[in-house]
Amino acid sequence: MNAIETKALTKQYKDVTAVNNLELTVREGELFALLGVNGAGKTTTIKMLSCLTKPTSGDAILLGKSVTGEPEAVKRLIAVSPQETAVAPKLTVRENLEMMAEIADCDKTEGKARIQRLSEAFGLEPVMKKPAGKLSGGWQRRLSIALALIIEPKILFLDEPTLGLDVLARSELWEVIRDLKGKITVILTTHYMEEAEALSDRIGVMGAGHLLCVGTAEELKAQTGKETLEEAFIALAKGARK
Amino acid sequence: MKFTVLGKRTWKETLRDPLNLAFGLGFPLVILGLLSAIQANVPVELFRIEQLGPGVTVFGLSFMTLFSALLVSKDRTSALLLRLYTTPLRPADYILGYLLPMIPIALLQTGVCYGFAMLLGLKWTVRILLCLALSIPTAIIFITMGLFFGSLLNDKQVGGVCGALLTNLSAWLSGIWFDVALVGGAFKKLAALLPFWHGVELQRAAYAGNYAAIPSHLWWVLGYAVALTALAVWAFLHQMKKN
Repeated sequence: MNAIETKALTKQYKDVTAVNNLELTVREGELFALLGVNGAGKTTTIKMLSCLTKPTSGDAILLGKSVTGEPEAVKRLIAVSPQETAVAPKLTVRENLEMMAEIADCDKTEGKARIQRLSEAFGLEPVMKKPAGKLSGGWQRRLSIALALIIEPKILFLDEPTLGLDVLARSELWEVIRDLKGKITVILTTHYMEEAEALSDRIGVMGAGHLLCVGTAEELKAQTGKETLEEAFIALAKGARK
Repeated sequence: MKFTVLGKRTWKETLRDPLNLAFGLGFPLVILGLLSAIQANVPVELFRIEQLGPGVTVFGLSFMTLFSALLVSKDRTSALLLRLYTTPLRPADYILGYLLPMIPIALLQTGVCYGFAMLLGLKWTVRILLCLALSIPTAIIFITMGLFFGSLLNDKQVGGVCGALLTNLSAWLSGIWFDVALVGGAFKKLAALLPFWHGVELQRAAYAGNYAAIPSHLWWVLGYAVALTALAVWAFLHQMKKN
């Protein structure tokens, strides 16, 4: 089954078409990276897929549910970890996780079990009693992804998850993301080519509101005749501007 | 009932912020102590504790605007609200989750102000309980103004508008520090058109047992509370759609 299937998905802002007739398919359990320069349309695409913005026309079906017809049902399938850390700063790490578990309708026993599992998986135990706002950037990112995962989504949107992190924190977070592969569907947006190459099963490149190319990193390189993904991406992005 | 989850969070975030405690509690109590000390040396009718105590409770409530505005605007800029918008929470959950926990916090603040005023000589009367009950619509005015500004402004703008401008404006036009009738003219008319002076007079009338004066002030305060709640809901839904 496809996790995501868009049908001529379009978003128009006054005289600007941010996303134009997007046809995209993401398979269940796949880690799909969405790349694009600023203004390419990837953020708008993610916003439409996560029911934050209504499409002007077209539709997207997430695990059989339509974002235009059944947004409430879609919201029960997804979670978003935004680019910003998006935590409650004065609540402890545990309280943040408890809050999201309660929003997901978890009873206390199930909530505790999920918190235990995630704190072990993300190595959060040493900071569970600390206010989230006092954590370093790397810890806050881990917490941000854990907050998205505690609701046990079927599809997870990760928006620039390693932005601003040092090399060590980034590598640790990569491990966390790799661990999700095959378990849930992950849509990753990033500006780091090496991140997309290292983590994703397939990569989609967007430009000027269109999906320019989809394939594995090797396929994109072969298609553009370039040696690196970065060169392939630049060739595609420049082509879209012409 | 999901609003209770967000409500718990609002309660904890507000009470754990040391700046909130300093401004919301510390500042009104210092003012109360200072003006009572002045009153002891140079008696002024307006600074009699029976006048000053009920007035300062309303001054304290003006900081609720800053608390709620900062919370909402920071939740917007940190994208916490964006994360929550992708969950099955409904608009009413957000609004009630921000609004309802602020009411007991406001009552707590008003109670502490009256308690401190009693230490400074205000006589206990059961009518203080009426004052507490009547402080709720005034508190709603200040809280919903916070929701309104927090939905439209960023946290830096909120600091200026709600922290400096609004607390000063509401204080000048409230008749706590000076009698608005002494200024007279347009200033007095403006004070009578806005809810702050009515909120203060409502407290003073309730404390004094001047029941006949209560309804005229209460209607103004209730009217503003309803109108500002509607405005805050509109502003919150507007920024929610914009996201």
